[in-house]
Amino acid sequence: MKIVLTAREKSIDTEMDPRFGRAPFFVVFDTEWGSYSFLDNEQNLNATQGAGVQAAQNVVKAGADVLITGSCGPKAFQVLQASNVDVVTGDQGLIKEVVERFNRGELKAAQGPDVESHWV
Amino acid sequence: MRIAIASGKGGTGKTTLAVNLALSVDFPVTLVDADVEEPNGIFFLPLEIKKTKDVTIQEPVVNTTRCTSCGACAKACRFNAIAVTPQGALVFTELCHGCGGCLMACPEGAITEHPRVIGSYAEGKKGNLSFIQGELNVGEAMAPPIIREIKEKAAGESMVLIDSPPGTSCPMVTAVNGADYVVLVTEPTPFGLNDLSLAVETVRALNVPFGVVINRDGIGDKGVDEYCSSESIEIIGKIPDDRKIAESYSRGEAAVGIGPGYKALFREIFHKIADRAGEKELS
Repeated sequence: MKIVLTAREKSIDTEMDPRFGRAPFFVVFDTEWGSYSFLDNEQNLNATQGAGVQAAQNVVKAGADVLITGSCGPKAFQVLQASNVDVVTGDQGLIKEVVERFNRGELKAAQGPDVESHWV
Repeated sequence: MRIAIASGKGGTGKTTLAVNLALSVDFPVTLVDADVEEPNGIFFLPLEIKKTKDVTIQEPVVNTTRCTSCGACAKACRFNAIAVTPQGALVFTELCHGCGGCLMACPEGAITEHPRVIGSYAEGKKGNLSFIQGELNVGEAMAPPIIREIKEKAAGESMVLIDSPPGTSCPMVTAVNGADYVVLVTEPTPFGLNDLSLAVETVRALNVPFGVVINRDGIGDKGVDEYCSSESIEIIGKIPDDRKIAESYSRGEAAVGIGPGYKALFREIFHKIADRAGEKELS
């Protein structure tokens, strides 16, 4: 299973970025191999519009089964839902701790977007 | 002749100037309210308007049985309006500019275009004054198609005043582009000056002749005067910071109604603008 989280820096010892579309990086955990890697989201960081849509597209392309982030808007949620990616919102803290909570089954997938479009 | 009234900063007095210019003269004028996200010129005009036409853009519709989720459309889209999922391409119409790029990029012929209403325009006329107002529907983001359409509608008229949207982005550029002259309205404050200088850069890039009108003259500082002088920009006129103008504005009345002095002031500004724009035959 692949779990994607939003990251401010390329380190799992830092806080998860609460923003989805304009997070600087994604960290992709592969639970099967016990490994992780980082994806650059810089292109969307500075997008004039549609950052959430394309960020969601990148998460889908990365082969994610689950996205964990602070908040997710309606367009990104629609893309992820149509691609069968579960979305977990509302948690915060260090990336490695968030992943551990998810692995212990403490985090549940959201049923819908938790913020409006253009939420900051 | 087309004269655009613009500004960087919002709320500097574009509509006040546009409306009062239009009401200060005795020859035919067509006033175009191109601030389609919040048109308010009509509040100050002695005429009625009627909606005359819906404005549409072409938006892509995906045939999901033909779509192979290849992603060519999403790659072609400059506006991040398309995402590809295993169920096919998803189009987010609020982000779509209606450029048709995805249609050309699709190798499966799975995308067709359908018109979608994004707004409308309304028109009215009384005496020498004709008025066209564009209005973008609530929730829509694309102002330029409506601005283009109302400018086109007024294209045949001899004297057109375009009340532009604020800022220096696509809607402002669309309103100002192709004008014979642009009036940049500013207030004499550091905020006004900052946004004026952005607007100056924009109209210079568009290669349109322009001048400055200072509104609420008397407040703030001398920064705008000094800037204009060092940049060799002509200050076409100054509208004083007069409580009477604010009072008439709050009643929905034009400043030219305050008294003959203001009518003369705006008429003088109009004639100066027309002269700088190269108009020879003003009556």
